[in-house]
Amino acid sequence: MEDIILNHLDYPVLTWTVFLPVIGAVLLLFLRNAGVIRWFSLLITLATFVISLPILAHFDKSTYKMQFAERHEWITSWGINYFVGIDGISVLFIFLTTILSILCVLVSWKAVDTKVKEFHIAILTMEAGMLGVFVSLDFFLFYIFWETMLIPMFLLIGVWGGPQRVYAAIKFFLYTLVGSVLMLVGIVVLYFYGGRTLNILELSALQYPFQLQCWLFLAFFAAFAVKVPMFPVHTWLPDAHTEAPTAGSVILAGVLIKMGAYGFLRFSIPMFPDATKFFIMPLFVLSIIAIIYGALVCFAQKDFKRLIAYSSVSHMGFVTLGIFALNTQGVEGGILQMLNHGIITGALFLMIGIIYERTHTRMIADYGGFAHIVPWYSGIFIVVALASIGLPGTNGFIGEFLIIFGAFKAGKILGFLAATGIILGAVYMLRLYQMVFFEKLNPNYETGRHPVWDLTLRETVILTPLIVSIFWIGIYPETFLSYIHSSAEHLINNMSLNTGMAFYK
Amino acid sequence: MLEYTLIPLLPLIAFVINIIFGRNYIKDKAHWVSVPAVIGSFVLAVAAFMDVQSGKVININLYRWIVSGDFNVPIGFLIDPLTAVMLIVVTSISSLIFIYSIGYMHGDKGYYRFFAYLSLFVFSMLTLVMSNNFLLLYFGWEAVGLCSYFLIGFWFDKKSAANAGKKAFIVNRFGDFGFGLGVILVFLTFGSLEYTKVFSDAGSVIGKTISIFGYEVNTITLICLLLFCGAVGKSAQLPLHVWLPDAMEGPTPVSALIHAATMVTAGVFMVARCNPLFSLSHTAMTTVAVVGGVTSIFAASIGLVQNDIKRIIAYSTVSQLGYMFLALGVGAYSAGIFHLYTHAYFKALLFLGSGSVIHALHDEMNIQKMGGLKKYMPVTYWTFIAASLSIAGIPGLAGFFSKDEILWRAYAGGDAGRWLWLLATIAAFMTAFYSFRLIFLTFHGKFRGTHEQEHHLHESPSVMTIPLIFLAIGAVASGWVGIPPLLMEHGDRIGEFLAPVLGPPKGEGSHAEEWMVMGLSVFVGLAGIFTAYIMYLKKTELPYKIGEKFQAVYKLLYNKYWIDELYDKTIVRPVLSVSEKIILGFFDAKIIEGVVNGVPNLIGAFSQRLRKIQTGMLSHYAVAMALGVLVIIGAVIFLK
Repeated sequence: MEDIILNHLDYPVLTWTVFLPVIGAVLLLFLRNAGVIRWFSLLITLATFVISLPILAHFDKSTYKMQFAERHEWITSWGINYFVGIDGISVLFIFLTTILSILCVLVSWKAVDTKVKEFHIAILTMEAGMLGVFVSLDFFLFYIFWETMLIPMFLLIGVWGGPQRVYAAIKFFLYTLVGSVLMLVGIVVLYFYGGRTLNILELSALQYPFQLQCWLFLAFFAAFAVKVPMFPVHTWLPDAHTEAPTAGSVILAGVLIKMGAYGFLRFSIPMFPDATKFFIMPLFVLSIIAIIYGALVCFAQKDFKRLIAYSSVSHMGFVTLGIFALNTQGVEGGILQMLNHGIITGALFLMIGIIYERTHTRMIADYGGFAHIVPWYSGIFIVVALASIGLPGTNGFIGEFLIIFGAFKAGKILGFLAATGIILGAVYMLRLYQMVFFEKLNPNYETGRHPVWDLTLRETVILTPLIVSIFWIGIYPETFLSYIHSSAEHLINNMSLNTGMAFYK
Repeated sequence: MLEYTLIPLLPLIAFVINIIFGRNYIKDKAHWVSVPAVIGSFVLAVAAFMDVQSGKVININLYRWIVSGDFNVPIGFLIDPLTAVMLIVVTSISSLIFIYSIGYMHGDKGYYRFFAYLSLFVFSMLTLVMSNNFLLLYFGWEAVGLCSYFLIGFWFDKKSAANAGKKAFIVNRFGDFGFGLGVILVFLTFGSLEYTKVFSDAGSVIGKTISIFGYEVNTITLICLLLFCGAVGKSAQLPLHVWLPDAMEGPTPVSALIHAATMVTAGVFMVARCNPLFSLSHTAMTTVAVVGGVTSIFAASIGLVQNDIKRIIAYSTVSQLGYMFLALGVGAYSAGIFHLYTHAYFKALLFLGSGSVIHALHDEMNIQKMGGLKKYMPVTYWTFIAASLSIAGIPGLAGFFSKDEILWRAYAGGDAGRWLWLLATIAAFMTAFYSFRLIFLTFHGKFRGTHEQEHHLHESPSVMTIPLIFLAIGAVASGWVGIPPLLMEHGDRIGEFLAPVLGPPKGEGSHAEEWMVMGLSVFVGLAGIFTAYIMYLKKTELPYKIGEKFQAVYKLLYNKYWIDELYDKTIVRPVLSVSEKIILGFFDAKIIEGVVNGVPNLIGAFSQRLRKIQTGMLSHYAVAMALGVLVIIGAVIFLK
């Protein structure tokens, strides 16, 4: 029997968390009125969040083992189980997902007025898919959830997106599908090699021959690298982010692209440690390229949303660099930075959505001087922008610092190159800020001609939890890091145990 | 002891209140929040100073900030003699600047915002000086950079102001890049970021090396040089000085704050704080001294020919900071801090005085268009004179004692020191010259502005002049705590006070040499003033003639050695055009996207061709079928 701690709450907390949105989506079928649909979806996402809350209180931070686990036989003839559980790597993402989903419903309150029912069904299905990926401990289940995420996102972009939505949606779909198919092949190989089991924990405990490890690593890498996205398979991201409706961008940037990094942590590193070590140089190089390349591309962007999208490439470069530094600081920094990026970029996309509702333009040149007319908005935007460039006191700093520290430990040149990212980040963010908010007000928005109003109460409510988290993590990160410590430590120990990489410890 | 955490927290609270409620509720009463807060900090700072004077050193950890594996760093405060001096400098000068701002910023629509940012600035600087570890220092370090961004770009509807704020932040980030790596290296070397642990273990890593690209580099030297990168950025030394003169775009009280109390001194403080490390590396020390010495004369020479009143003073700051680094580099840490402390008073005074002038002239900053203001603005004039005499090093005033101490330590600091002393002495001449050039052109002679301006000339309100008077007292008297032993037994009270942290000054020399250095520094100061007097009051055609004769030199200085243009051509533009044209325009759009869109297009094109076979004509299919049958039959027959 592998090391798991069965769920000891008086209800199956993970199952409820994952399937409540599904139930909600089904019930939405019977509703007609758009207002009712919105309120009902809000209620469901809120309830999902509330239901998951006891996890935080009852989570045992001292162990790396899977907790709140549930296991039921499902398709016995194929050895497939319904098997879920979470550890320090996944626990925080449950909350990132449930919170961002609430915000997505709220931010679409006014922005989405066509096919309202379908939109909310897509959002709720999406939420269930993402939560499912984070809790699955059986490959079959995992793959179902993994692919489940794809369809609603495809629809969100393709139906409620911008002018280029169809191109973007198909590009997104094909890119990710190609990756996923290779992963499926990898899963099938694992299934037969592992003696016809799909239990992720059992398969993680096995030792695979080096060559097999390498092939499997590459198969999984195809799926995860596209999701992250790593250079050079990143080009779906700017299109998808830019064309998606606000809620879609927030989910994409906030949670979906974390799946790749999560996959590395959950599968690639523990299952294929030797292969990870073998491919470590290319992984470093790709991460560093992503950091610098992603930032440089931002210098020349003319589209508000595209700029933020490309900045994700740079930030996710930090994440993968930290993870593959394979030391405690790098991995913990990487996980925290995934959370941070979800908060920061989520907030940035929300804010772009909010201003887009007033101006109906994404071109940076159409803005200018907005600090004069939307002071609160500008104030909150600068907080998020500063978190994005890793200013101490914000969450971005803690993550980036730990990552650079870990990278430096793994190789001085890595730390050095990664640190250039902090200069480049400041350059493009402050350029953007100046062009949008400073200088003279763009004449289009002078009195009355084109009404632009400051944050409403609803919008302030949306942004508040994100702003609070930015400072909370920045000032007292231990609240969050404490969930991660044991699992990260375990991951590193296992890695060095399996490969004798004492150097990296 | 915990009450001392209020020293930084009071301004922080003021910031939070003003930024949240300022816009709608507090508005033009924002100073009622910020001014009491900073004065409260000042009172507590005095209390802390007295505690330290009685022999206490306060070192408290509040909580563990970041913990990850073997890495951990606390939020904690250290108040020792060095911090105590800094606390007094920062809070006293800030208090006066805050009060002055009530008058200066009166009626500005961003009044509440201004006081909010000022408070945040003071909070950041106080955190920086009170930190007991490198990472919290880094926090304060970045936070002052942020505040400078907000305040330099305070009038953000001006493009130049928004640019200058951005420039300050980004140039500083270049320095912070090195500084951050230095901090990481400190942890990897010492296993801690807390000063007490790092400094007490410093001796144990002597001689250790670290390999970089195959080169063995002395660990301590590398740490010091990386940390010094940060100082070069923050304290505006060559080659990262470019942001400071542009920072003049901010409201004048901000310039005073940046130059005297809250920002540029951070680099000097940090190097002094890390003296146990720097002292172990000859290379690092020499670098610090040379950068300081060269910057002092470089910036002073630019100051000679500028016409913008605030820019002249800005270059003077860069130059004076050069002096401070020179002192640090020759091991005279306390002399560096002493100059930081006296400089804070006369520099704040110069800026606030120039603010008063600018205020009276409705935002005129060109000294060529001023003149004769003495009779309209007596308080501004006389306090300005006090500050200028002080910076020129006239005996008895604050600047004299601190500058003389630096020159003497440089002279006594061996061969390299001798050369740097020579540079610094020439810079002292220039300092006196440009300071009095400014005074003569601004306050003496005839008014050269418009009639409209002349009509409105007035002395500033007392909320502005009273801080000037207080600062003038400091500019005159603050040096009396550091009288060299040559003139007075046990006169160097500040040196003795700082000795437990900064150690006794190094360097040897005879009394005769010390008198010579002192005499020479007084002589060049007087000579500078006299030259300015001749050129700008007696023979006013002389500057023009000299400018004509040495046009090349004049242009070089006037255009600030074209450093900004150089950076623009070699760094800014290439990076921007590479990212736009090559990376985004070619690589991302053509190569990667070419493959991404190319493969489906290829498949699509292939399918298009393939589709043509499917004509839908039965006869075509029948022919194809017949042909197929023939081929199969043929194959079967022939292959048999």
